[in-house]
Amino acid sequence: MTFKEVFPELFKCYQCLSCTLGCPLAEEMDLKPHKLVNMLILGKDKEVLNSLTPWICASCESCQVRCPNGVPLSELMDQIRQKGIKERIYKGKASALPLVFLKEIKKRGRIHEISLILGLKRLVGFKVSMEELRIGLRMFLKGKLRMRPTKRVSSESFKRIFEEVSF
Amino acid sequence: MKFAYYPGCSLEGSSREYDESLRAVCEALGIQLVEIPQWNCCGASSAHQVDSFLKIALPALDLLKAEEMGLPILAPCAACFLNLKRAKKALLEDEKLKTKLSSLFGKNFQGKTQVFHPLWVFSNSELIERLSGLIKVKLSELKLVCYYGCYLVRPPEITEVDDPENPQLMERIMEALGIQVINWAWKVDCCGGSHSLLNPHLVKKLSKRLVQKAKESGAQGIVVACPLCQANLDLYQENQNMPIYYFTELMGFSFGIKDAKNWFKRHMVKPSLG
Repeated sequence: MTFKEVFPELFKCYQCLSCTLGCPLAEEMDLKPHKLVNMLILGKDKEVLNSLTPWICASCESCQVRCPNGVPLSELMDQIRQKGIKERIYKGKASALPLVFLKEIKKRGRIHEISLILGLKRLVGFKVSMEELRIGLRMFLKGKLRMRPTKRVSSESFKRIFEEVSF
Repeated sequence: MKFAYYPGCSLEGSSREYDESLRAVCEALGIQLVEIPQWNCCGASSAHQVDSFLKIALPALDLLKAEEMGLPILAPCAACFLNLKRAKKALLEDEKLKTKLSSLFGKNFQGKTQVFHPLWVFSNSELIERLSGLIKVKLSELKLVCYYGCYLVRPPEITEVDDPENPQLMERIMEALGIQVINWAWKVDCCGGSHSLLNPHLVKKLSKRLVQKAKESGAQGIVVACPLCQANLDLYQENQNMPIYYFTELMGFSFGIKDAKNWFKRHMVKPSLG
């Protein structure tokens, strides 16, 4: 199924650009939100799935809330990312965060920030920039970082949630 | 007043001062917090990007635990608040999903647990009156802007905020403390959220601009109600010397709670108080 078949609301778009004008990260995107909607209407799902836009989007939901025609842009972004991950279409490092994050939840039940960062580094490489080093050190010195992981949380119900999904 | 407390992962880690100040303020106000035993992560900014069932199921299990306690949930993190409320709405509207989760968890799900963020609780008129009676330190010299970011306001059909473009919940509390609240146009703009982990340049760009806009409007500090907003604005501003306060820290400081100086110690930009 193409996105326009799943989201018939796409056809209500009259290209007013409210989404793009209110998007805090539009200038970083290769496909601006209004253009992305247009591409989906034209059935160019593949181009959208290969674009950086869904991975630049911070899910702030401004576009969806401000759209005068009720185009569910945030929901669309989620569906594009989900499809990109499931079908291994998007290979950039941006998709690393949700995947590592969920593996951490599955393992510990909660997020321990240092373990999460180590998990991310394992995936995208251990190179640390001066900026990251500076921020990490400041956080450490201020007592912001919790060194010891919290107790693992799990239950039969919790395990069953993860049996229902694959990623 | 009694709540099932859901601190969330950040409040156990980098935002402990938010947890400590919230607990102290609740105690002063006579609000009882019972932490949900064995609560699990709500899925934060990740579950929704990977799987639509996971996005509901993770917070739904926490809703179920609170349901068994027979208490409404208090969730201080904006993302937890939104995810829990979103799951609650999905359970009410989607009978099939409710049945699926009930059988998965082996429990009969009501899905009616109320979810609150402390901003909603403290800004109601009864609590405003109660907190006004607790003020020991006057903060009337302080000029601040209130910053909400995304998930306390959007999407409004889930958050049930008073006004998604110009909310007033935090303002009401700050004004009750005597603080001079400055109106500004950037209170619901995004700070970059979890991009801090892999794309810090994006967070830097957005957070720096927000701090700049606060400065231009004459503010001496920014008040927030979300752990990610606080961390991003505090860490990624650039020599702008703008303290980023949790609203609970200002309440606690104004109530004369001695621990307040320990909360402020963990800030990158040292607050001008205490």
